Amino acid sequence: MDPLMVDGNAIAGLLQEVFAVEMTTASGTCGTCGATEAVGAIHVFRGAGIVMRCPHCDNPLVKIVRDDTRLWMGFPGVRTLEVTL
Amino acid sequence: MSPIISRGFRGRRDDAPPDRVPPGQYVTRDYPVLSAGPTPHTPLDQWDFSIVGEVDEPRRWTWDEFRALPSEEVTRDIHCVTKWSKLDTAWQGVSIDTLLDGIETSAEYVIEFSDGGYTTNLPLEDVTGGKAWVAFGYDGEPLEPEHGGPARMLVPHLYFWKSAKWVRGLRLQATDEPGFWETNGYHNYGDPWREQRYWGD
Amino acid sequence: MAGTAVLGRLNWQAADVVEVVTETPRVKTIAFDVPGWSGHRAGQHVDVRLTAEDGYEAERSYSIASPPDGTRVDLTVVRIDDGEVSPYLADELRPDDQIELRGPVGGYFVWEPSQGGPLLLAAGGSGIAPLMAMIRLRAAAESDVDTRLLFSSRSWDDIIYRDELERLNGDGLRVVHTLTHSQPPGWTGYARLVDAEMLAEVGPTPDERPRVYVCGPTPFVEAVAEALVHLGHEPRGIKTERFGPTGG
Repeated sequence: MDPLMVDGNAIAGLLQEVFAVEMTTASGTCGTCGATEAVGAIHVFRGAGIVMRCPHCDNPLVKIVRDDTRLWMGFPGVRTLEVTL
Repeated sequence: MSPIISRGFRGRRDDAPPDRVPPGQYVTRDYPVLSAGPTPHTPLDQWDFSIVGEVDEPRRWTWDEFRALPSEEVTRDIHCVTKWSKLDTAWQGVSIDTLLDGIETSAEYVIEFSDGGYTTNLPLEDVTGGKAWVAFGYDGEPLEPEHGGPARMLVPHLYFWKSAKWVRGLRLQATDEPGFWETNGYHNYGDPWREQRYWGD
Repeated sequence: MAGTAVLGRLNWQAADVVEVVTETPRVKTIAFDVPGWSGHRAGQHVDVRLTAEDGYEAERSYSIASPPDGTRVDLTVVRIDDGEVSPYLADELRPDDQIELRGPVGGYFVWEPSQGGPLLLAAGGSGIAPLMAMIRLRAAAESDVDTRLLFSSRSWDDIIYRDELERLNGDGLRVVHTLTHSQPPGWTGYARLVDAEMLAEVGPTPDERPRVYVCGPTPFVEAVAEALVHLGHEPRGIKTERFGPTGG
């Protein structure tokens, strides 16, 4: 447990800005340990940028950096993302 | 669409002497805690600091050995890429010059590596010549875990993501290797006075 | 509205202050009218953006405390001393002032009566806000879904929405308070941090497979979620919304 951590739900607005669909109900599979969780339940840390980590193995799944006009999203640890259409 | 100005909103900002505050920064008296991951809690009897890579001989210090090295008090301004600056922060640490003293290397680059997997890269010349420390004390007290304790890098002339928290060593390399944030949008060098925050700046 | 809804790119919208209501000494509810608001679900939140005259910006997220109701959006704000945003929202805003917000967002932490129950809602302090939207929606829909609210507050005077909760108690809703710092004379209720024993006494059993929503500061949410799993509740049945230290 880390008191700085929040849930994926906390960045719902940021994600919807990028994907234009509700992302917190999508589910991601961790490329390191294979666990699958709703994006809304993934652990979010705010450092210089945002890091989403697997709640089971702590490995970084997604990194997000943004300025006023650009956003960089990296997926170092996501095996698959499932989005209901 | 230009933003709506909220009547009377100022935020909490201190006065920003322009010669001390890089462009786009705001001064705070707080010390915001920003973290890319959970706070590690490595016991001191398991902690070590290493210098590895392109060196004639790798070096390693246990916590006691590290604390026996000459250290100094350093007061500097620090600048976070998220736009806050904190002036006159007071640290106690061991100079990187002390740690590299006598080491032979042809390396031009350095990777800082930390508990939890964080890395950040810089030219070797940016951590030598009195520009960088491994800091173990802040404001007269032992560095707290949430602020990077037991020890973190202190490289105040660059944006503070270049000062890795929970640092465990330096890897010297002939080639540059972008780190945790440098591979994901943040500038490879990060000079706050040239506002080098992002790729392409 | 199940699954992932196609909602389109989010934009910042103007929100007009209609009314500011004092809930407790440190907590205010601000009622906004958001022209063009297309509705929301109970449990969702908005991102709020304040811009100073020189362009300085601050952003925070707040849960929507009101149930869906036309263009009305209520936010409940705790004033954090030395905070950057909350003192402005709680103390400065007047009717007809404008701020910007973006939303609604957060389809993960939502409930509507059609999803049924039994419901276990656990709130730590201002974590009550999204759960209150659910409770108010339940009342407006005249739902009788078995709902239990376990609400942790520092003291009697700090209970947000206290009178309204007292009125709504009943018709399948059971409100249980725990007061962690001080209690009024004659208090016979819980007087400690939420723990497994309290949850077992208040909540539905794991066999009843309740839908659980936990909201509040991160340490509160962690403690409650762990205790529930320890009692045998299915982790996937527990939805959490942690208010991390994103500043005031």
